[in-house]
Amino acid sequence: MTTLAIPLPKRPAHPTGVLAWLTTIDHKKIGILYGVTAFVLFITGGLEALYMRFQLAQPGQDFVSPEVFNQLFTMHATTMIFLGVMPLGAAFFNFVIPLQIGARDVAFPRLNAFSYWTFLAGAILLKLSWFLGGAPNAGWFGYAPITGSDFNPGHGIDYWAVSLQVLGIASLAAAFNFIVTIVNMRAPGMSLMRMPLFTWMTLVTSFLLVLAFPVITVALIELMFDRFFGMNFFSIGAGANPLLWQHLFWIFGHPEVYILILPAMGIVSEIIPTFSRKPLFGYPVVVLSGVIIGFMGWMVWSHHMFTVGLGPVANSVFALTTMAIAVPTGVKIFNWIGTMWNGSIDLRTPMLFAIGFVFLFIIGGLSGVMHSSAASDAQQQDTYFIVAHIHYVLFGGSIMAIAAGAYYWFPKMTGRLMDERMGKLNFWLVFMGMNISFFPMHFLGLDGMPRRIHSYDSAMGWDLWNLVSSAGAVVLAAGILVTIINMVRSAKQGEKAGADPWDGRTLEWSIPSPPPEYNFEQIPTVHGKDAFWMQKRQRVSTVPVAGASGDSHDIHLPQPSYWPLIASIGLLIGAYGLVYSATWTGIIVGAVGLATTVVSVYAWSFEPVNEPVEGAAGH
Amino acid sequence: MSKIDRYSSRLVTVGLAVLLVLLAVGCTPEHNQSTFDATGPVARSQLNLFYWILWTAVFVFVVVGGILIYAAIRFRRKPGDPDPEQTHGNTPLEIGWTVAPALILAVVAVPTVTTIFYNANSPDPGSLTIDVVGHQWWWEFNYPHPDGSDSVVTAANELHIPVDEVININLDSKDVLHSFWIPKIAGKVDLVPNHPNQMWILAEEPGEYYGQCAEFCGVAHANMRFRVIAQSRPEFDAWLSTQAQDAVEPIDPLALRGKALFEGDARCWSCHTVAGSKRARGQQGPDLTHVASRAHLAAGIVENTQANLRKWLEDPDAVKPGNLMARDAEVYNDPVRELTGADVSALVAYLRGLD
Repeated sequence: MTTLAIPLPKRPAHPTGVLAWLTTIDHKKIGILYGVTAFVLFITGGLEALYMRFQLAQPGQDFVSPEVFNQLFTMHATTMIFLGVMPLGAAFFNFVIPLQIGARDVAFPRLNAFSYWTFLAGAILLKLSWFLGGAPNAGWFGYAPITGSDFNPGHGIDYWAVSLQVLGIASLAAAFNFIVTIVNMRAPGMSLMRMPLFTWMTLVTSFLLVLAFPVITVALIELMFDRFFGMNFFSIGAGANPLLWQHLFWIFGHPEVYILILPAMGIVSEIIPTFSRKPLFGYPVVVLSGVIIGFMGWMVWSHHMFTVGLGPVANSVFALTTMAIAVPTGVKIFNWIGTMWNGSIDLRTPMLFAIGFVFLFIIGGLSGVMHSSAASDAQQQDTYFIVAHIHYVLFGGSIMAIAAGAYYWFPKMTGRLMDERMGKLNFWLVFMGMNISFFPMHFLGLDGMPRRIHSYDSAMGWDLWNLVSSAGAVVLAAGILVTIINMVRSAKQGEKAGADPWDGRTLEWSIPSPPPEYNFEQIPTVHGKDAFWMQKRQRVSTVPVAGASGDSHDIHLPQPSYWPLIASIGLLIGAYGLVYSATWTGIIVGAVGLATTVVSVYAWSFEPVNEPVEGAAGH
Repeated sequence: MSKIDRYSSRLVTVGLAVLLVLLAVGCTPEHNQSTFDATGPVARSQLNLFYWILWTAVFVFVVVGGILIYAAIRFRRKPGDPDPEQTHGNTPLEIGWTVAPALILAVVAVPTVTTIFYNANSPDPGSLTIDVVGHQWWWEFNYPHPDGSDSVVTAANELHIPVDEVININLDSKDVLHSFWIPKIAGKVDLVPNHPNQMWILAEEPGEYYGQCAEFCGVAHANMRFRVIAQSRPEFDAWLSTQAQDAVEPIDPLALRGKALFEGDARCWSCHTVAGSKRARGQQGPDLTHVASRAHLAAGIVENTQANLRKWLEDPDAVKPGNLMARDAEVYNDPVRELTGADVSALVAYLRGLD
């Protein structure tokens, strides 16, 4: 055993309080950390949106300056995508996947902690830009060449590029972890085609992450080289074609859209069967269409570029591939309805949000078909019509499903149910608010209102729908406020949930709420899809795995560790230094951060999973 | 069933009705940039395609959304209900609802491809070709010289075209991305530096059309607008030949002083061209040879009146926040060189004479 020369605090064996959260490698705690952090960041993204809606409520307002407006829409989208929806998805991956597949943790628990802390580091770095000279201002898509030093001399874009790289590390680490977990750690008997749909969609999403993030990493490295070292990847004066950035960005960016929506589809595919008391209709077809969507997501990126001049042949091909993706999407929707058909539907809050998801996603999907048609898109591209569409698929889609998942798994996480009356109020406020806010944007777009304009002239006739949209945003904000109140109150004084409050179908409902640290006292044996339902209704015995004893004292879980946290802190410091790498201070800070991470990873590699326990040598 | 539940199903029905009413009132063709008032073949082909897809989509929405809501209401659980039959799927159904959307999409795909090619290929490549160059945050329009020489006639922010003729447009940018969009005449095509694009347009009715930059291009993106003035062929020819002439020499002493400032201490010449002037040859800002003949200032932001021109020269940032003249011109940044009220009056007199 290698020991380090530096004196270190003793490894926390059974930490309590804050230290327990800082050093935890328990997937459930990490899931909760992801969820709470991402929800707070989601709210900051919502506030950024509210500022914009106040500015646009009436024509010609000066509530925010154009400079700040550009920062707001850039940060709103970057926040919602990378700091909101993705990590909220990750919160469910973390909490739910090991429970659904009958495992005691993920494959690499410390890497999992590292993913979370690195995500937090990236989030802090990005949000810091507001206070350190100005947030990024070139849109979440960061189209060259406006991100170049000539047009954008401040540090906003540097913060954006560097923090996205940090977030990329977090996402990649998490994605590898979940692929290995899902492939290797399923309970005996759980073949791939017996996996719950949410686990399936997590697997597909993880593959998309692993394949998509390297592309944006390369694009961002090129941008950083341009900005930090004066290279010419996107320099117009040196003859660069800025479409290079667009291709790289959207080859990442379109799979990213499915990274945002597939987990949502997975969540809904869990909730609809549970609250209809029926198995998912057409399970293999729903799985396959999820896989096909993930695969075809790579063939459609140029539909974001219909107006950049790729020529009629390319536009036609990408129009057709984009339309084709509507087929597996439609098939999913039909199978969800098929699941509800002849079911015994209980319209509890999770189910309401799930049905809301399907309903709004139909609208978003159909408006998507309208601009998959490249010629029709020529009038819609870069207008509020697209803003309406993306909010129907990302809010109406992803966020509604995440809310459904939050209400659904909250009792498993906390042991208490969220309040049902407030839940209904929550749903209707959010549902109405989102429609009032986003539906009129269709009209604004077709009425010629471009996106990303900080103000407009009253002569354009856009006053009414902008005002309605802003009013809707306030209703929506009220809905989110109810979510917060309901969560905080229910966590303390909600009705006790018990192990299985919804008459669930999958393994996470077979263990107590909240689950013990080791999840399953005995690793279950799976005999079919909906393993827990089978066990409950058909009394299939769950034969414990050979060697597993029923005594929880014999379960050895990996111990907490400081190293993932310290490695991530090193990344935060290093990335901060990188932003200022044109100065000596920046270089020194960057080097200190990098060294911290390298040392931490080194120490981490030599840290045993468990410190040898006295009297248990050789275990 | 709680009260809230009953309300909720009613709310959905009401919501659907509201949506349909909204669909009917949402189209406002009288608005300046409405895509519902297509006044040229390109915009019309795009609008027809849109309507085709829209009605298909409304049909799908009503059917699928209707079935979803019906299922949610019809199959509600009543207390004491037994478990429903645990059906796992139905192969003919799966095949059916895979093929059905594919067929519906084919209905949309065919006109899509034909319209893409129709919009991409100019029906008359030999007709009038105008070069459009995007700048932060204004438009440069270059016309072939009416005398047939290789030189060009340069205008800014107001695109004059002859009505009912195919116009070919070349699109280029000198700085960042922009997008050229005249909603009533044609959908947008981007201006990408180092990646020249082409499009064609045709305006069927004489009149003024609104255009606006549609690709985010920086601080003043919202204020990068333009107008298209479609006029009869003789009117257009007359306009072009006027624009092709050198600037009018001022006679009025105030205007003469303005010219001296323009070509001297105020350093307007370093960014602006006035044809006929030996000094004013700058390329960064709009060509001002015939600035007084334009109806608007600052890329379609304000009307070109004496008062607005004065406001613009006194404090351009107040008229169009972020514009490069306010950012870069010495007269707005160096207190020593600041324009006096008299200077502004002289410049206004000079510029108002450039018609």
